[in-house]
Amino acid sequence: MDRALQASRSSFAERHIAEASARRRRQLVAVALFALVAACLPLFVTDVYTLNVVILTLMYLALSTGWNILGGYCGQISLGHAIYFGIGAYGTVLLYMMAGVVPWIGLLVSAALAAGLALALGYFCFRLAGHYYTIATIVIAEAALLLVLNWDWTGAALGLQLPFGPDSWATLQFGRTKVPYFYFVLALSLLAWLTAWIIEGARWGYWWRAVKDDAEAAGSLGVNIFYSKMGASAISAFFTAVGGAFYALFTSYIDPNSVFGFRISLLIALPAVLGGIGTLWGPAIGAVLLIPLGEVTRSYIGGSGSGADLVTYGALVVMVSLLRPEGLVSLLHLRKRTRGARP
Amino acid sequence: MALSFEAILQVLLSGLLMGLIYALVASGLSLIFGLMDVVNFAHGEFLMVAMYLMFGLVTVTGLDPLLLWPVVTACLFLLGSGVYLGIIRYTMRAKTNRGMVQVFTTFGLGLILMGLAQSLLSPDYRSIGHTWISGKSVSVAGIYMPLPQLVGGVASVAAFVLIWLMITRTDFGKALEATREDAGAVALVGIDKNLIFTLGWGFGGALSGLAGSILATFFYIYPSVGSSFLLTAFVTVALGGFGSVYGALAAGIIIGLVEATTAVILTPALKSLGVFTVYLAVVVLRPRGLFGSS
Repeated sequence: MDRALQASRSSFAERHIAEASARRRRQLVAVALFALVAACLPLFVTDVYTLNVVILTLMYLALSTGWNILGGYCGQISLGHAIYFGIGAYGTVLLYMMAGVVPWIGLLVSAALAAGLALALGYFCFRLAGHYYTIATIVIAEAALLLVLNWDWTGAALGLQLPFGPDSWATLQFGRTKVPYFYFVLALSLLAWLTAWIIEGARWGYWWRAVKDDAEAAGSLGVNIFYSKMGASAISAFFTAVGGAFYALFTSYIDPNSVFGFRISLLIALPAVLGGIGTLWGPAIGAVLLIPLGEVTRSYIGGSGSGADLVTYGALVVMVSLLRPEGLVSLLHLRKRTRGARP
Repeated sequence: MALSFEAILQVLLSGLLMGLIYALVASGLSLIFGLMDVVNFAHGEFLMVAMYLMFGLVTVTGLDPLLLWPVVTACLFLLGSGVYLGIIRYTMRAKTNRGMVQVFTTFGLGLILMGLAQSLLSPDYRSIGHTWISGKSVSVAGIYMPLPQLVGGVASVAAFVLIWLMITRTDFGKALEATREDAGAVALVGIDKNLIFTLGWGFGGALSGLAGSILATFFYIYPSVGSSFLLTAFVTVALGGFGSVYGALAAGIIIGLVEATTAVILTPALKSLGVFTVYLAVVVLRPRGLFGSS
């Protein structure tokens, strides 16, 4: 091969790699700045209602980032993540109430349990393609909801109330102030984001995206499709369960519908869908937009059950799907794309 | 638990009747999927709209629901084709994430419809009181059949016969089959793909309109009524094989029977559990469903 051509090719590759690693460094700096600003929030936000909304936003940010690992990078659209959320919530509370296991351990145990369940379910469900997979996830979560609703040991439809204890980081219970929960969930969302960031740069991150874009082609190039899906699914379930455990501690009361219900599956998936499926910032952008908007419409237009929040979610999803199928994050690239030269 | 022969027959028969209605609910979903590979996640809300429409028409006109079946069915035909022309048509143009775009567009539409029903019509449960067939039943050899369900089952069978006739005996049916095989090639022989899709969505809507009309006479009407039926419809369609309308009929009957038996063996609260189990077992063994082609 022509040596000059080869040289120009390798310099192109080098430049590409250098650009990519510079971009990844910039992403880290950006998230550090965001985290710093966010960490100062409790100094300014003293209103309990607002802090509540901020905490929920961060929780769904973390959850949707976790969902995105399976749904976005690996292309497996799950609308049944509530099952992992519910296991995290119920597992932590039950371990604490029945065996006195501190929530820190309970949370890890139930998250590991959720990841194991994701592997077991994945073993059967990842043979299903596209819509078939999505529907199976809905059905499985619904079956879990039915079981918990009718199982006396888990409190059945009445749910479980965490016993009140003194405020402490050991039991993760804070009755007087919500600020510690804010820092907990901030750390969780940072952890989820970092995991996604690592995946984007790691070899298996490339494998997963290859599986999403064209499973057959990826398979022919030696990517193990099945293991890719299984790995993504376990990580995704783990974060979802930790989110569920957090939710249980934060609200200190859980019932089947509030943690295993379809609404949770929906709220986990929607931020990523709105912000941009398979993108690093998509779930964050989606959550920051969607959750406060939903909470505000619910509390100002009418109490829950009025349906105003559903209309808001629905209208947003339809609009974004039709106008910006790549998600809202693509709006950020508009400027760059028009400025940069395109071959 | 010892059940008499009559009791067993009774359970199976009511399961069969309900299964025929599940099949009808699923048929529209299956028709649209077979035609263009789109799963209509708003299908349950179409059903809900049909039920409210029936409720409203009965309240306003004072006519019997039986007379209003054609009206509701026609209205839902318009809704279905309108949704295609107004929304779905544009999702077909998406260059990236097309499958996802279609899932979430129809899904969002369902949320809007459900939310609107909740805010405009209140979450209250409603039911249509007195009709020609409500509260009556037919008794054959000691087996008791509620008339509304019986009429619904018969109407469902009739609808499937009509679908079969339409697909096999009319030009539209041939065009539908051709479009289903290869949407690109039909344009070359002068079939307007867009028209076929519009009509396909119209018929999908009309089938949910008919199902809603039937259900409105004996089921409670509330904003989220569609969700539970949609889940059953998904299971039916996945069990029968996506896109196979006759598969939906067979699967609907299976699901009705399984549900009725589970309700007797376990408890009525867990009746869906049997259905979910059968579905998962079949789908794990045969990912394409019972009658689905690969």
